Amino acid sequence: MTGKPMVRTLLTQGVPLLALYVVVLAGLNLGLIDDYLMATIATLCINIVLAVSLNLITGFTGQFSLGHAGFMAIGAYATGLITIAMPTVLGFIVGLLVGGLLSALVGFLIGLPTLRLRGDYLAIATLGLAEIIRIVLNNLEFTNGAAGLAGIPQLMDWNWFFILTVGSVILIRNFLRSRHGRDAIAVREDEIAAESIGVDTTRAKVLSFTVGAFFGGLAGGMYASYFYFIKPDTFGFLKSIDILVIVVLGGLGSLSGSVIAAILLAIISTVLQQFTELRMILYALLLVIIMVFRPQGLMGSREISLKVFGSLFKRKPAEPGEAR
Amino acid sequence: MKRTAILLAAGALSLSVFAGCSAKPVANAPEGGESADTIKIGLNYELSGDVATYGQASVAGIELAAKEINDAGGVNGKQIELVKYDNKSDTAEATTLATKLMAQDKVVAVIGPATSGGMKAQIQVAEKNQVPIVSGSSTADDLTVTNGKVNEYVFRTCFNDSFQGTSAANYSSEKLGAKTAVIIKDNSNDYSKGLAASFDAQFKANGGTIVGEEAYAKGERNFNSILTKIKGQSFDVIYLPGYYEEAGPAIKQARELGITAPILGADGYDSPKLAEAAGAGLTDVYFTNHYSSADTDPKVVEFIKTFKDANGEEPSAFNALGYDTMKFVADAVSRASELTGPAVKDAMAATKDFAGVTGTFSVDPETHNPVKSIVFIGYKDGKIAVTEKA
Repeated sequence: MTGKPMVRTLLTQGVPLLALYVVVLAGLNLGLIDDYLMATIATLCINIVLAVSLNLITGFTGQFSLGHAGFMAIGAYATGLITIAMPTVLGFIVGLLVGGLLSALVGFLIGLPTLRLRGDYLAIATLGLAEIIRIVLNNLEFTNGAAGLAGIPQLMDWNWFFILTVGSVILIRNFLRSRHGRDAIAVREDEIAAESIGVDTTRAKVLSFTVGAFFGGLAGGMYASYFYFIKPDTFGFLKSIDILVIVVLGGLGSLSGSVIAAILLAIISTVLQQFTELRMILYALLLVIIMVFRPQGLMGSREISLKVFGSLFKRKPAEPGEAR
Repeated sequence: MKRTAILLAAGALSLSVFAGCSAKPVANAPEGGESADTIKIGLNYELSGDVATYGQASVAGIELAAKEINDAGGVNGKQIELVKYDNKSDTAEATTLATKLMAQDKVVAVIGPATSGGMKAQIQVAEKNQVPIVSGSSTADDLTVTNGKVNEYVFRTCFNDSFQGTSAANYSSEKLGAKTAVIIKDNSNDYSKGLAASFDAQFKANGGTIVGEEAYAKGERNFNSILTKIKGQSFDVIYLPGYYEEAGPAIKQARELGITAPILGADGYDSPKLAEAAGAGLTDVYFTNHYSSADTDPKVVEFIKTFKDANGEEPSAFNALGYDTMKFVADAVSRASELTGPAVKDAMAATKDFAGVTGTFSVDPETHNPVKSIVFIGYKDGKIAVTEKA
């Protein structure tokens, strides 16, 4: 992309994003968005990063992982512990990076042996991994065991949420458009065919697993820094399932689907809060209904991007021509 | 056709969301917590998820108390209005809902969650919005006092963990005449570890010796290896702090192995399931608790009767603590100089000789812990034989 197309990309995709950023920022400053709405936006952003990174592993590379909460836990504890020791923006950035890299390392180490195998071994291995991480955190002294880490400085704000969420989605999208991403998709489509045309399938799988783990850790760091209290139980098996629900609901292999599903579920969950006792029943019922009518997920494997804004601009100058 | 219908439904749903979002704060804004005729109290409880039983039991007690208060004319002539949310036993959800209760619903106080983790997740929200939070069952020591500093807006109506461990140690030394003890703790939860540590310290201070310390993990059902190991040692009592799920089988297996030493536990034993699991082995077993349904205090007898009439079952400690917590909040609101968070908080901290069904207590302004009595419940042949207040 050079010259004109790049400018257009910036205009069509950058402008709507910037507008979103400014609108929320203005809302926060004018008091239209209160703490509660901000907390909902925070959950939403964290879920988007989690879902998009899991989609990379499960949706695009076709490797069924049940351990995303484990990566989230590593990132959360790394960020929590580092920012408690160093409650500054620098400490926060270091915490996020250390959390992400540590998750990536663990993902790499567990992925290397298990991803050589074909089939559902990874699901079991990652499930075990997440449980091991949780139990280790439960028993370590410096993580304060089962009581959890309290009093993590709240360094996340809307600026950080915007940068990290949009940044993660763009980076993962670019990864998918790269050679490595194409390899991953080829592996999902047909592993033997991919191998026969020279794709190093293990390398492709491990790479996308590691990248997914990195962003899972990053999301954990965002969580710890916004919700300032973490305990090992938060990152249990059900958390992994929650993330998987977003991915499947949005469509395996659709980044925009993951984003849309995360937003939709946040809205549903928020609206249902008023039906205190029935809340989880209605939530589950809605999931069932959506899956019955859209078994492939909301988006299937299709994407919509911010280019739709671009096509709006493009059509206008063409109109006089059409009129003729 | 189908697709159109779903699209329409989705559209309608999202529209109603936006309508809900924009309409709500506007409608609430002029009223606030000081609306003309009601006092809003928030409930942030675990109504689904892992520890839903604790949340539901607490809420049953709270709702009974609120009904009684309202039937008697409310607080200072104003009715209590409960705003109740389910935090799914999730700490982030607890934080989010605390924010919602304080920022949107404008409550004067929040009751719950039941667990210490849930409470810790809303400390900062409470301090920021200056709204007091009260729990009836969060016993972690570091909840009200963090790093030696009291959390101004955090209160509880139950005693803390170290008090239970200390009391159990004193009971062993004084009432049971124990000189030596073995501790068996659940290494996977802090509640058990905290109790074990405070028992250990106090028992040693009383001149006793801890001859052995064993650990198990949550979900364990076979304790034979631990028990066989300690069987060869000589000791006067076993301290087994934990929950009834594990304590029940452990007690049963200990008695089957012929270990006859008294076994002491804590409020995690409080469930009819303990007797079911331990069977006839449940003899010479004592545990510390918040309240006993065998209490003959007229206030307790009255509470048990009304609770049974309303819910059809004997109240548990969670029911009783929920009931007391609601009354405690109402008492503080009635004494507060005005209906604002800081004023209610000051009134709570100044509570003196509040008479509840779990005992009469005053709030210690230094730690925000209630200074109250503890109940010892002793079993013989699977039945409650002793209840003592200490």
